[in-house]
This record gives sequence, C-alpha cells and structure tokens, in this order.
Amino acid sequence: MVNHTMKAYDKELDTLERRIAEMGGIAEKMVIDAMDALSNADTVLAHQVVATDPRLDALQREIENLAVMTIARRQPVAVDLRELIGAIRIAGDLERVGDLAKNIAKRSIKIGAEARVPRAIVGLKHMNEVATELMKDVLDAYAQRDAERAREVWERDVDLDALEDSVFRDLLTHMMEDPRNISFCAHLLFCSKNIERIGDHATNIAETVIYLVSGQAPTSERPRGRQETDVDIEAAGGDA
Amino acid sequence: MSNSQVGNDVNAPTPAKAPNASKDKVVARALNFYYGQNRALKEVNLNLYEGQVTAFIGPSGCGKSTLLRVLNRMYDLYPGQRAEGEVLLDGENILSKNLDLNLLRSRVGMVFQKPTPFPMTIYDNIAFGIRLYEKLPKSEMNDRVESALKRSALWGEVKDKLQANGLSLSGGQQQRLCIARTVAIKPEVILFDEPCSALDPISTAKIEELIDELSGDYTIAIVTHNMQQAARVSHYTVFMYLGEMVEFNETDKVFTSPRDKRTQDYVTGRFG
Repeated sequence: MVNHTMKAYDKELDTLERRIAEMGGIAEKMVIDAMDALSNADTVLAHQVVATDPRLDALQREIENLAVMTIARRQPVAVDLRELIGAIRIAGDLERVGDLAKNIAKRSIKIGAEARVPRAIVGLKHMNEVATELMKDVLDAYAQRDAERAREVWERDVDLDALEDSVFRDLLTHMMEDPRNISFCAHLLFCSKNIERIGDHATNIAETVIYLVSGQAPTSERPRGRQETDVDIEAAGGDA
Repeated sequence: MSNSQVGNDVNAPTPAKAPNASKDKVVARALNFYYGQNRALKEVNLNLYEGQVTAFIGPSGCGKSTLLRVLNRMYDLYPGQRAEGEVLLDGENILSKNLDLNLLRSRVGMVFQKPTPFPMTIYDNIAFGIRLYEKLPKSEMNDRVESALKRSALWGEVKDKLQANGLSLSGGQQQRLCIARTVAIKPEVILFDEPCSALDPISTAKIEELIDELSGDYTIAIVTHNMQQAARVSHYTVFMYLGEMVEFNETDKVFTSPRDKRTQDYVTGRFG
C-alpha cells in the first residue's frame, strides 16, 4: 500500500502490527506448551506457560494504548481506522487465548501425579492440534491481509466444535468405566472447553481480518459443529 | 455471503445514485465544464438529495468549487467559461439560456470562503436581499430578519445591536451573518464553498452545527478541504479528482470502506 504523507503515521501502524505478531507468536507457543505439559505431566513447562501470561497482558495494554493514541492524534479513517480497531480486537482475542492456555497449564499442575488415563488425552491432543493450526492460519491471514484465508479459518472452526463433542462423549465413557478416572477426566473436560474457546477466538480474529480487508464483517451464519439438541456444556468452561 | 463477495466491492463502478436516497433535488447529467480550452469537469453525474448534506472533497484543482459554481451559474459572470450537459433543479434545466438568473440564485443560495458582509448595518445586510425579491411591511421585515438571525444562531449575539455595522462583527459572526442573509430569502438549496476555512475551531463548530440544523429544510452542498469536516456534517460525500467524480456514496461508507483506491488514498492521507 502507498505510504502516508506523514511517515510517523506509518511507523505507528507498523509498530502495532509488529506487536500483534509478537503476541500471536507467544499465544501460539503457550497453547502448544500447555498441551505438552498436560500430556507429559511436565510441571516445569506448565509453570513456564503460567509465567509467560503477564507478558501477553502487557503487550495487549501496549497495543491498546498505542491504538488509542493514534486514533486521538491522527483521526484515522477507512482502512487505517479498520486497521486500528482490528488491532485492538485481535489483541483482546490473543490475550484471552493466553488465559485459556494458562488455565490448561494450571490444571495440568493441579492434576499432578493423579492417576492418569493416557487414552483419554488422545482426543484432547487432537483438538489442540486443530486449534493450534487455526491460530497459525489466522495469524498468517492477518499478516498477509488475506480475507480468503481468514474465511477458511472461520469456516473450519466447525471441526473443532465437532471434536469437542466427541471428546466429551469419550471422557464420559472413561468416567463410567471406572469412577477413579472421574477426577482426572473432569479436569480434561474443562481443558477441552478451553481449547474449543481458543478456536472461537481464532474465529473472532478471522472475522476481524475479513472486516479489516474488505470493510465488511462476514454476514452469513457460520457452520455449526454440534446440533441444537446436544448437551450444552458451556457452563463447564471453568476459567480458573 | 459467498467467498467471492469478500472485498469485491473495491472494483465496483461508482453508481450515479447512492442507496437509501431520498428525492432528487439537483441532478447533473454528463456535465462538462470549460475554462476556455481547459476542461475542468469531465462527464459528471451527480444527485443532490432533498434535505441532505452532500460534501465535496478532493485535492486542489479537482473541480469541486467549479462544480459548485455551476449549480447557481456563478460562472456566467466570467467570459470564456461554459458548461455543457444538464443540471436539473426540480427537473428544470438550469443551464438553459432563457433561465431567469436572479430567480435561480434566489432558489440556490451561496456562502463563500471568506465572510462577505455588505458595508451596512447588520439589519440591512439581511433585509437587503429580501427587498430584492419581496416587498414586505416593516413589521413583517423585522420578523423575517429576526427569524433569519435565529436560524443562523446569531440572534442572541446581535439582537441588541442590529444597527451596528456588519463589518464590526468577528469573522465567525460575519460568516453566520452571511448564512443568515442567504437563509433570509428562503432558498431551496444552499451552496457552501469552504465556509470555515477562515474561521477558528469554535466558530467552525458553530457553522457545522448550523449546517446540521439547516439540513432537512434545505438541500445543502458543501465544498471543504477539511475531510473531518465532511465526515462530521454530511450525509453523502463526493470525492473528485482531476475533474472526475471518482466516488459518490454515503459519508459513512466513504470514511470507513471507500470503494475506489484513489478515494481510500486521499481520505487516509496517502495521496501523492
């Protein structure tokens, strides 16, 4: 895109974009690490994930301040305005992704040496891979201002919702099989909800990217992964 | 929305008619304007909607003031300038040769960049124009002057000194006096040619508030170099460049998601 006549304006927008990229990188790594910590019972790694979160919070505040300052000083319009609003929204989503990864890490610490059922984690790991991929793709779409790619992410979140359903059933089965699994599997249920929400944030970011590029939010109804009659396990979110 | 719809509006042609429009008040069709050999407007198609504010933005020399001057045939005062095409005011072509220019200018008023009060009293500044078109008894004239001054938000400041010279007012007050003078003869369309460029921010805000108040009753066209002003006061925005009308759309659209790349570059400060 052509540069602004005021070069300082471009510099501010560049800084914002770099901060978002940094947040994206951190959040992505937190999601991967949290699941590794959970599946390998790696408490050290889990603590690392928890310790990373404040950095994400600080970056979000920085992005918000920078965007507010730019709005106040430059009265941005059109693509610049969307760029700034987009930055604020994406920073908010990434900060939440960090929180959710942190929750998973905390749970993995809490589970500690409890009796583990390795089979029960398989589905969860799969969910996490899908979520990580959605995150990666949507951040690429943002970096390249690629609305098509963002739309693909937006439509693919349905896979994650479907996986969550099957993980839910899977964990119920484990709990019914052996009541000693209940505590562990209940923790995993919360984790699956967290991962599903990470996917939702990736979807939000995808919507923001589409808006940012085209000036329009996607209007059609997003495909749904689960049926209306299914159990709503929304309440089991457990944002520790 | 299908995948292909994302962002495809960027290449859509500029429609002559914006959506959600009310009744047409002024319609220009295939309008060309020449300063001698120099073509300053190129095939402009434009609608001014009744009771709406339409802002004209664009870099210097893009033809926006020229366009405004066509709408009340101000250019007639200068030799060598001519307009081709059609400009319809309520369906009547104002470019036709046998048009009564005085009548046209009573229907299409104009406010200029620099305040231009007459060197006479505040009262007479307003009564002068009315007397050109109507013969009113004194009490009715008083009412008319008062309502014009109230309409232009100046009454409170001048009601005790109507016999003071118009030139004794501040710049912002003088500009509102000129607006009062324009409003007094009850035009249907008011053209503002950079009405605030010589004014301080407070006076500017007052004029903008005034334009907002007048919209609805009057059809308003405003040329401005200040894009934020266009964003603040107008319902529709026209972006002009090199004599062409590049984009004509609802102001909200022009300032959030303009269709044309040139519009985007201009409103975001990326021009040139």
